[in-house]
Amino acid sequence: MLQIYGDILDAIIAHAKQDHPNEACGVVAGPEGTDRPERFVPMLNAAASPTFYEFEPTDLLRLYREMDSRDEEPVVIYHSHTATEAYPSRTDIGLAQEPNAHYVLVSTREHGNSPGPVELRSYRIVDGEVTEEDVAVIAPTEPSG
Amino acid sequence: MAVEVRIPTILRTYTGGEKAVPAEGTTLSELIDDLEANHPGIKERLLDGEDLRRFVNVYVNDEDVRFTGGLDTSLGEDDQVVVLPAVAGGAGPVSATS
Repeated sequence: MLQIYGDILDAIIAHAKQDHPNEACGVVAGPEGTDRPERFVPMLNAAASPTFYEFEPTDLLRLYREMDSRDEEPVVIYHSHTATEAYPSRTDIGLAQEPNAHYVLVSTREHGNSPGPVELRSYRIVDGEVTEEDVAVIAPTEPSG
Repeated sequence: MAVEVRIPTILRTYTGGEKAVPAEGTTLSELIDDLEANHPGIKERLLDGEDLRRFVNVYVNDEDVRFTGGLDTSLGEDDQVVVLPAVAGGAGPVSATS
């Protein structure tokens, strides 16, 4: 199961709507080993395409260095499909290379850039095997001390 | 001369879980051969035939090797090599057959 704060989910959806009809992408980083997605990091889709996304290689290195220095990992890797359902495509499955990540897909096919509900689903993708999982929305915690 | 190679999560099965391993070579190509000698199977995950795989990024001192000579990129003492799988995907072309 993916447990994720509601405001982070909202940010993912807002990014997907904003970039529609191109695919939007990004990560939610979290402390290593905790499985807690806490830091929303929208990324530029270097492909700028309605059917493909790719983190720009220099941005990718910067992101991983930053996560390294904060002892974080990419807990969630998200992207949008803009004309099809929120289910991993053959491309998604073939290119999934983070076995520990939750792959979150958002479909903006219904409302595009406009307000309105979106389809959002989460998966594990390991060795070409797709397993859908529940998404539990949790309330943001008060910042402590 | 040994350089440090940062290994991504998905390839740590080849390095006994190590996040970084030392390897030797004066070029990236030699370095990958040396990695393969110590961590059999890893080369195939990095190369597609004679070239780097399209969705594997390799950086030498933070420079993407695609812009520094690819597998011929030269390496020196204290250089740092980082391997990162691309984060990519997408709906893909609409297929008429499926």
